Order: sequence, then C-alpha cells, then structure tokens
Amino acid sequence: MPEAGVGITRDEVAHLARLSRLAVTEEELDVFAGQLDVILGAVARVQEVAAADIPPTTHAVPLTNVLRPDVVTPCLDRDEVLAAAPAAEDGRFRVPRILDEEA
Amino acid sequence: MTTIESAADVAHRYDPVIGLETHVELGTASKMFCGCPTTFGAEPNTQVCPVCLGLPGSLPVANATAIESTIKIGLALHCDIASWCRFARKNYFYPDMPKDFQISQYDEPLCTDGHLDVVVDGRTFRVEIERVHLEEDTGKSLHVGGATGRIHGADHSLVDYNRAGIPLVEIVTRPVLGTGALAPEVGKAYVTELREVLRGLGVSDVRMEQGSLRCDVNLSLSPAGSGVLGTRSETKNVNSLRSVERAIRFEMGRQAELLDAGGRVVQETRHFHEDTGVTTPGRSKEEATDYRYFPEPDLVPLAPDAAWVERLRAGLPELPAARRARLAASLEASEFELGSMANAGVLELVAETVAAGAPAAEARNWWLGYLAQQANAAGVEPAELAITPAQVARVVALVADGTLSTGLARQAVDGVLETGSSVDEVVAARGLVRVSDVDALGAAVDAAIAAQPDVAEKVRGGKVAAAGALVGAVMKATRGQADAKVVRELVLSRLGAPG
Amino acid sequence: MSTELTTMTGAELGAAIAAGQTSAVEVTQAHLDRIAEVDGRVHAYLHVDTEGALAAARAVDSGDGPRGPLAGVPLALKDVIVTRGVPTTVGSRILEGWLPPYDATVTAKLKAAGIVILGKTNMDEFAMGSSTENSAYGPTRNPWDLDRVPGGSSGGSSAAVAAYTAPLSIGTDTGGSIRQPAAVTGLVGHKPTYGGVSRYGLVAFSSSLDQAGPFARTVLDTALLHEVMGGHDPRDSTSIDAPVPPVVAAARQGATGDLTGLRVGVVKEIAGGPGYEPGVEAATRDALARLEKLGATVHEVSCPSFTYALPAYYLIAPSECSSNLARFDAVRYGLRTGDDGVASLEEVMSLTRQAGFGAEVKRRIILGTYALSSGYYDAYYGSAQKVRTLIGRDFAAAFAHADVLVSPSTPTVAFRIGERADDPLAMYAADLCTLPASLAGIPAISVPSGLSEGLPVGLQVMAPALADDRCYRVAAALEADHGHPLTQEAPSL
Repeated sequence: MPEAGVGITRDEVAHLARLSRLAVTEEELDVFAGQLDVILGAVARVQEVAAADIPPTTHAVPLTNVLRPDVVTPCLDRDEVLAAAPAAEDGRFRVPRILDEEA
Repeated sequence: MTTIESAADVAHRYDPVIGLETHVELGTASKMFCGCPTTFGAEPNTQVCPVCLGLPGSLPVANATAIESTIKIGLALHCDIASWCRFARKNYFYPDMPKDFQISQYDEPLCTDGHLDVVVDGRTFRVEIERVHLEEDTGKSLHVGGATGRIHGADHSLVDYNRAGIPLVEIVTRPVLGTGALAPEVGKAYVTELREVLRGLGVSDVRMEQGSLRCDVNLSLSPAGSGVLGTRSETKNVNSLRSVERAIRFEMGRQAELLDAGGRVVQETRHFHEDTGVTTPGRSKEEATDYRYFPEPDLVPLAPDAAWVERLRAGLPELPAARRARLAASLEASEFELGSMANAGVLELVAETVAAGAPAAEARNWWLGYLAQQANAAGVEPAELAITPAQVARVVALVADGTLSTGLARQAVDGVLETGSSVDEVVAARGLVRVSDVDALGAAVDAAIAAQPDVAEKVRGGKVAAAGALVGAVMKATRGQADAKVVRELVLSRLGAPG
Repeated sequence: MSTELTTMTGAELGAAIAAGQTSAVEVTQAHLDRIAEVDGRVHAYLHVDTEGALAAARAVDSGDGPRGPLAGVPLALKDVIVTRGVPTTVGSRILEGWLPPYDATVTAKLKAAGIVILGKTNMDEFAMGSSTENSAYGPTRNPWDLDRVPGGSSGGSSAAVAAYTAPLSIGTDTGGSIRQPAAVTGLVGHKPTYGGVSRYGLVAFSSSLDQAGPFARTVLDTALLHEVMGGHDPRDSTSIDAPVPPVVAAARQGATGDLTGLRVGVVKEIAGGPGYEPGVEAATRDALARLEKLGATVHEVSCPSFTYALPAYYLIAPSECSSNLARFDAVRYGLRTGDDGVASLEEVMSLTRQAGFGAEVKRRIILGTYALSSGYYDAYYGSAQKVRTLIGRDFAAAFAHADVLVSPSTPTVAFRIGERADDPLAMYAADLCTLPASLAGIPAISVPSGLSEGLPVGLQVMAPALADDRCYRVAAALEADHGHPLTQEAPSL
C-alpha cells in the first residue's frame, strides 16, 4: 500500500510530540517522521470522497437527549483514591511545580 | 504605583470596546456529568468519583437540571435555543483537569444571539450576547513553597478535584461599542444585571467571593471615530463587581498611554490584582494554543424540542427589568434607588415590607440602612436575617403611631434578630415604651442636674447647647425609653433657659 | 474429571454445576490448574486472581449466590475492563500496579451472573494492535502454533479459550479486535451493535468505536455470555435503551441447520483478491457453499466506500485516542517518572508518558494530534467522519437486499510473531475486513469456516444494528454443519 507521503517534517513531529507531552528520543523522531509520512499518505485518501454535501457521522447510533436526573450518588473514599496517586499531601494530589499557566 | 488617566479623558481620544465572558457555576445538587455533590467548602477530594476524577474507563452522563438551567438562562437573555447541538472536547494538559480535556461546547452552543439591556446614568445600553454554553469546571490547585501562594516560584502544587465537574455556564457578549467614558460603569452594570437575572432564575447562588460567578474582561481602544477595532487584552478572573469597573478603567488608561506613546497593544492574557487595582501580563506562550476541539464521542447530541423549550419559557419567573418597572411604581423609587436596592439584595424585601403596609421611603431606609448594616456585620445576606418584611412593617407602624422612638425601634429590631420573637413580644418583654410623662421624668432630670452642676451652670448662663449632656444622661438613666424632646424641654425649663 | 472439566463448554459446565454433578470450585480449580500447566507457554494471562476466583466459586456453591445458566462458569477478562481491587493494566506500563476503585458495568454483570473471573488477559497496549505483540508485558502465543500470534488486540482472551484455560472470555473490538483473534484461533467471537454492551469501565481507546463482546469455542456459549454482558446502562450515554437481542434463541434456532429463505450478501470489496491468502479464500468459498446447502441464497453486493474504511479508521481511532490517553499524566494514578524534585510537572508528564507508552501508542497519539489540529481537522478527521456516513449508506443499501453480509474475518491466517512488527501498514491490513462494521456500529461475528494448512480461518457475518441475533443464527448453522467446534482439531499443547 505504500504511497507518496504528505511531507510531514521531523520538526512537525517534534512539535506534535511536545503538544502530546511525549519526551520522544531523537531516534524515535527519525523513525516516527518516516512512518507517519507514509501512514498519512495512505490515510489522506479519505479526502477523495469527502464531498461537502456529506454530513459527518460522529455517533454510529443516533441517540439524543440522554440525561440523568440531578441526584447525588455516593463518592469514592478519599484514602483509597489518594493511595493510587503517585504522591499525595494534606488530602490532595501532590504534583511537581507547574511551569505553564494555560488555564 | 502608576497614575492612570481617567476614563473620561481617555474617551476623548479613543473609543473603548468592551467584551465580557462570564462563568457561572450552576447550583445543581450534583455535578455536570456525575452524581457527586457540589457543596462548597467540603474537605478536599471528598466529593469525587471515577467520572470527575477522570479514572480510566469512566464515562460522563449529562445532568438534566444543568441543561434546563442553561436553556432558562438563554431564554432570559432572549437567545435562540439550538434545536440540535453537541458537546465538544477542548484538549489541553493541565493538572486541575482530570481528563486533560474539558467537556465544553465549541461551534454548537446551546444558546445564541441574545441581549441584555443595562441602564447607566439614565442611558440604556444594549449588550448583545453572542453565546451561552455549558461546560464543566476544573479542580483547584494550591501552590506551595512560593512567597505569595502564586504559581510562580512555587515548589510544588496540591490539587483538589471537588470543584472538577461542577456545571459551568459561560456567557459571552459581542463587543460592546459606543459606551465611551461610561465603559467601566457599563461593564459593571452588565455583570450586576446578569447576576440579578441569574439570581432571579434560581439557577446559581452567584457568589463572586466564592467563585460561583467569575468574569473575564476584554478591552480594546480604537482612535475616536475611526471605527477601526484595536487589539484587545483579556483580563482574567475579575472577581467582584467593583473590580469589573476598576479593571476596565485601568486597561483604558494603560492602553491609552501605550498608544499615545506610539506603542502597540499586545493581544495577551492579563491578571487583575484586587489589592492594587492594576493588571499585569500573564505568562506569554511560545506557541499558540491549539485545543484540537472535536465532538465529544461519549455524549450524544442535545436536541431540545419546541415543547421542552416552551415549557421552560412558561416557567420563567418575572425578570429583573420587568420586576423593577413594576416595583418602580409601587415603591415610588427612581431607577437609581432601584439599582441600589437591587445591588444590596433588598429589592424584594422592600417590596414585601411595603406590601405589608409600610410607606415606601420608610421600608427602603430600614433595609438599606440599619438592616443592611446588621446583615453586613453578621456576614449574611439581608434576606437571611431573622426578621421578616411584615415584622419590619410592624416596627414602622409603631414608630408612626408614637409608641416607639427611632432608638427604641432599633432595640425592637435587635430583639427580633436575637430572639426570633415577634415585634410586639419583644416590645412587651423588654418594656420598650416611650416615656413622655413629665412627672415620671422630673426625678430623672433633677438627678442629672444634681450630678453635673457645672454643666447646669453653663446652661443657666445661656449656653443652651450644653443641655445635650444632661439630656443624654437622662436618656441613659431611662435606658432610652424617655422621649428626648420632652426631656429637653424639662431640662431647659428647670434651668430657666430659653426653650 | 479435571481434564474433562476444561474441555466442556460453558453451557455444559453451568448445567453440571446447577445439577450438582460438579461444583463451581472444582470447575474453577480445574481451570486454574490448566493455567498453571500451559500458560507459561501461551502467556494469555497478565494476572491470575486465584483467591478472587475461588471465593466467587464458593459463593455460587453456597447456594445463596447468583444463579443462572453460567453461574460458576469461569471466564478470562481482557485487561482493558476495570475490576475493583484487581490489577488493570491495559497492557501498558503506564498503569502497572493500578488497583481500580470500581468495577466496570460488564464486570458487575459478570459477578451478578455468578461467572467466575479467573484473571485478566494480555492485550496489545491500549488495544492498539492486531497481534498482542504490542503488550508491554510480552506477546501472547497462538495455541495452534506457538510461533504465531493469537491475533489482537484481544489476543490474551482468544488464546485463553483456545488453550482451554477458560471456556469463556471477554474481549473488546474497536476495529476488529474480537473478530480477528477469534478467526485466527478457531473461536467464535462477536462484536455487538455499538451501544449494545456498556462501555462504562472499558478503558477507552476510541470511544465511538470501542465495544466489548464475548469469545467462546461454541456459538451457544458466545450467545449465553452476550446475554449476560449486554443491555442498557444509564452510566453510558451511548448505551441503547432496548432489550438484548434474542441471541441465545437465535443460536439454538441456527443449530437446527436450517437457513431456508435467508439472503446472504457477499461484499465484493472485502471478499478476497490481492492480499488475501488462497487458503482463506478457499475456506470462505466453502463456507458460502455450505450456507447455500443449508437453504440460504447467496449473491454478491458492492459497497464501494469500504475501500476507504481503513484510512478513515486510522484517522478516527488515533484522533480519539490522542484525547482519551491524555489523562495518563502522572497526577492521579499510574506511573510517574522523572520527579527528582527539580523537574517541572510538564517535564515529569512528558517523561512519564514517554516511559509509560510503547511505540505504537505514541505513534497513534502523534498521528491523532496531527489529525485534530485546527489546520488539518477538516481534511483528516472531518473527512474520515464523512467516510463513515458513506459506509453507513453502503450498508443500508446492501441490507435492503440481504439479511446478512459476509466476508472473511481477516485476509490471512495467524502470522508469525515478529513478522509484521516493524511495518505498521502491513499490521493495519489485518483489520481490512472488520473495519466497515466497526465504523457503522453494526454487529458482526466471526465463526470458524475451516482450516488453511492446519490453521483456523474465520467467516465474518454482519447484520444491521440491533439484529445481533442474525449473526448468531448463521454462525450456529455453520457450526452445526461442521459437526463440532473447530478447536477440537487443534494440536494439543
């Protein structure tokens, strides 16, 4: 099936890896860039038939308005929850210092 | 601290354009996508479950009441309600977001194209609403080890997910033009009015100090009359009504100074500081954020049919603007006075007090004055005080018929607030009866004169003003029950001074 | 008795336990012994819950516990389904050691039915793969030939049943991850209608495609398990509020071998040709001939957009996975590496995800992140969703003239371990036949159609949404015609 790639660059892959919070190695970048170029070349075919008048399908089963009543249900036990965490302190999840204030 | 040019001066050279994004936490019993409770102030991480912790395998199911509340907000703001719309995932990594995406709405908000009118200085400004959409709130981080509790310089952070997943409605205005020097006041009036609408709908407790109502303020300047939109700044987390006004005022001054000096406004996020009233730039990002929105596959589309929407419309309470118009007549109040009462949260109380028979001016004075002070001192809303509008009306009536003096009336109110008894019970129990019997007061007056001979001498000598000290002593001795006017007449006649 | 217990079907075991001819504990112990004996070579299980299994069996034997046709029958559960207090790794280092504080709805339904969960089965990491070689814990081997893969991503679940270490197992199918492993291990495996089985507690790979389903050596067992795990769940917004289709009745009806009047459509685009092994094509032709013999009419149908199913799938699934897997961020659960007290959270997150995810997962996250980017969304993700619409239309047109549609389940027999490891596109081709039904959300079953050079071949039978029972009816008829489960022809381990 190999087809012409779309020309995705190593830099683009590095950018995508950063966006995905993946500290990939230099070697992986080389491998992924090559593979993704081939894969994207193959999957880009979807554009051939995606005419403007075709509605997208996001849900295979056509349901609407699935709602639940506003009723309180039991919570998890905090000790059990925090026991699964890599680090906890004062009833909270402890994380290393946060650099980037995105929110 | 820099001095900032006044809004009026800035408005001579620039047309300010404001935009407001308001986040409202809905007052539902359970969270947006799970059954966890939403109680404010609970112990950290005690109101969490697999869904709002984003545990692997968990799935969201939308809260019906939150959907209805959002539609009600849309209807109250004269919006169109979408007949079909979807939730979307907004993808970005942040530790207070348990799934590292936020379920929000993107290009298909539930409500669009509405408006809210506000009145400032007698002028009506129509604020157009672009969209009202529903999303989930984030958790809260505590930054430890830094000097100020801020994120910058912190050693590590601690995350609490109790707030994560609480339904959050975002209300976004279109750019508001033509406000000129009144931009700060219009911004504040909009948020004030919006808060009244939300409170009236009963969909949120709209407590800015608890974060259930939060505001982002966008501002840009364009050269006066040019019609060219300027670059805007986005000031985040402006969390009191006064701060809305101050933040707009500061940004107007800051941007004007920058433009005057030939500089350019940078499109950026800024933070407002309550203590100093200034805004400072947030951390600039090296790369523009791409949230990679896509339709949330774990939730199915919402399709509110006409019958559902009309049922909600029919159930809407009277909106603040309409209520004010009606009350303005019954309370004989100006728009300004109505605004004061609305802001203080006493409008309904005053109206009920009037309905219970009190004159409008008296009712207003009690609720805006003494009762507002008592509520403030107790840290509660006036409506939460242990006194009813009917009881206030009774106090007013007792003053009007001469049974109570103003001072005694306050004591009666205090008694009701303390004991929860009726006004008449308090008056009887505490013996709050005005004493104007000359014989009964004569002894007290004589005692006061005898106790302060030097003061009495001054009065005899013609210094009538000094009589106040003697009147005060009598009032004290009679525990405020004496009729001050009668006491004064008695003092002056006993000392032979002109009345 | 012990060997006999591990060769009986789930239905037989359930009946024997109910009749008091054996006990749930005996049956469970027999399977635990079998695991101890052969799983060292097969590696179907990541975790064997000896204590939990025996406790569940004792509860059934006590007489106060759950009753039903499968009460006391053991089962192997794919490690993508959350089990309270029992490790759930999804085949990934990033969840190593995680003990979930809750049960998936499927897990809860199994327990309520008295089914004994023996343990958790190996899988391609996060269900991404077609060979189970992508597991962080080493590959699973095909009991028919230990040098070959058992299919994937539910390869541990297929291998467990094919190796007689469990009579029943549960897998999940996103693009073929039940049907393809069932085909290459000689089992019956069914992907239910999307929304037919709750996804609550199924660790998400691609939310709009994931669906859990049953594996067994017989059609009836598969149907009995389907009936237990299916049905509406208010915790899953995409769950269909309708009764489980009458799959058990259909399996029994099909077993009579009468398919008179059934219209079978053979989908031209996935029927064979380049890339399909001759032995697979031959087994498929043979199966079609047998369907005609049983009274069905067979005709060819064309679904032209199916040729775009593979590219559409490899955009939709990675896109959704890039978002679903963001939560593995070293904050609330799972792995954390690089936290030396100096590194920032962003660095720790990136180091953790780098260390915790394998190559295929990383590749798909990056691909999905690309496809969802604002400049590329319409061209990639948006276009792929339109292809989904086209595929749905093709199915609707085809089902206007056919009660079921058929194809090979996968183009080849089980391939050798390592053979496709370095070529993602060759690996993706294993899903060629199964992807259209996944994208349309319709039910599809894989039932053995014969052997090719001693290795099993499967036939895929697809039906319209909510008509899962048709899949079972046709599969049961083919099985009855063959005379015995194909696994009886497997070489002994």
